[in-house]
Amino acid sequence: MSDERFDCIIVGGGLAGLTSAYVLAAAGIEVLLIEKGNYSGAKNMTGGRLYSHSLEKVIANFAETAPLERKIVKERFSRGSAEILTLEYDSSGLLAPAGESYTVLRGKFDRWLADQAEEQGAMLVHGVRVDNLLIDDHKVYGVIAGDEEMEADVVILADGVNSLLGQKLGYKTMPLAKQAVLGVKELIGLSEKIIDQRFNITDDSGVAWMLSGCGDVYDGFIYTNKDSISIGITMTLDDIDKTGNSAPQMLEDFKNHPQIAPLVAGGRLLEYSAHLIPESKENYLPQLYGAGVLLAGDAAALCANLGFTLRGMDLAIESGLLAAQTVIMAKHENDFSTQSLALYKKKLENSFIMNCLKSAENCRNLTREVDFNSDPLNAFNNVLKNAGIK
Amino acid sequence: MAGKVNVAEKLGVNKFNTDEHNSHIDVNKDYTDKKEIDRVIRVCPAATYSLDENETLFFEHLGCLECGSCKVLSEGKLVKSWNYPVGAHGIEYRLG
Repeated sequence: MSDERFDCIIVGGGLAGLTSAYVLAAAGIEVLLIEKGNYSGAKNMTGGRLYSHSLEKVIANFAETAPLERKIVKERFSRGSAEILTLEYDSSGLLAPAGESYTVLRGKFDRWLADQAEEQGAMLVHGVRVDNLLIDDHKVYGVIAGDEEMEADVVILADGVNSLLGQKLGYKTMPLAKQAVLGVKELIGLSEKIIDQRFNITDDSGVAWMLSGCGDVYDGFIYTNKDSISIGITMTLDDIDKTGNSAPQMLEDFKNHPQIAPLVAGGRLLEYSAHLIPESKENYLPQLYGAGVLLAGDAAALCANLGFTLRGMDLAIESGLLAAQTVIMAKHENDFSTQSLALYKKKLENSFIMNCLKSAENCRNLTREVDFNSDPLNAFNNVLKNAGIK
Repeated sequence: MAGKVNVAEKLGVNKFNTDEHNSHIDVNKDYTDKKEIDRVIRVCPAATYSLDENETLFFEHLGCLECGSCKVLSEGKLVKSWNYPVGAHGIEYRLG
């Protein structure tokens, strides 16, 4: 027997799930979102920057009230390990594939978005782990958490990169070691003034910096927040066999690099975090929907590493929006079958998401080959054009 | 490069709501493939896997950052089963 019934249940209170909750609640759909952490964002981390365009469609002018760290005005892209060679350019210039972006800290940002969704009338439950799905004849009709069962017309799985529920459905194999990238990060506290000086920026302006090939198997990243610096490394899990180093030691080595160490010197460690990032390879598209169920955000592996920039959050938000629009249409037709929910895939294909995913690997590889000595910005621009992103 | 990482010190600044008695990861302690054990030890950002002085595998779920790297690399081998901690437990990022 079911304890409660909703139009839609969302598993996971990250950006995809919260965006769906917001849009559905605003449309008068009875929606319940279940998050295993004690608050939205408790299990989430980012490098990282949020390109604002997709959330802007949902909450216009959100930048005026959301807890953002710094607006990215300066991009850096580096290559090399012993000697790091860096290209620096303006964020608003030639290479702005998705417009404005801001650094965010998910512990703060997701909580803010959760508040917005609640204001629209979404019901949010925190501190509850969904253990399984209610399935009848291949149709998902609810969730099981502990000994509680909750039914819904449709379930949105926004349960993150490891999507244990997606795997239970058999919809998607778990991220393969060659497609999963481990990110390890330190958040280092420094005064606003010191950050401004060290990165040659002012006010609430920030820097996004990708360092390609700075270790034997890892890349580095640095983002400036208001009064902290996010510094970390990423490595494809499979590559652990190509090194004798450990993942935490890679970050330590990166931090101790003579060209990097002065940037974080004197800072205080505020938090140490790690997360997997799904990295799309050629033609890799997971199953995105089925009878009574839709997958969004990292759970659907919607993340694109373009080499000079990494995009996951704007894709998560867009997919959350499109999943919600699909549910609204399905509710209108009172049809939650596979055929009806196929609309979601069409919407994704017509959005920037699929284009971004399909061109990611190509773009990544081309970026690595750009000759720094001969008009690199123009070469970058050609990379974007070739990848179909501009 | 100078500076050996001290993972315990880093984890010390984090907030955990630890489920002391129940591990969310079930490790196959009888697993003997040294190469596989080594890669899992090295991939874990929280150094939850280690070898003691007798080269015996030691696993401690406290401090786990729930990234899933050991699951993706070694499920069905060194990792018998992997789940998130029960609701409200485990890592709690204040900043993220």
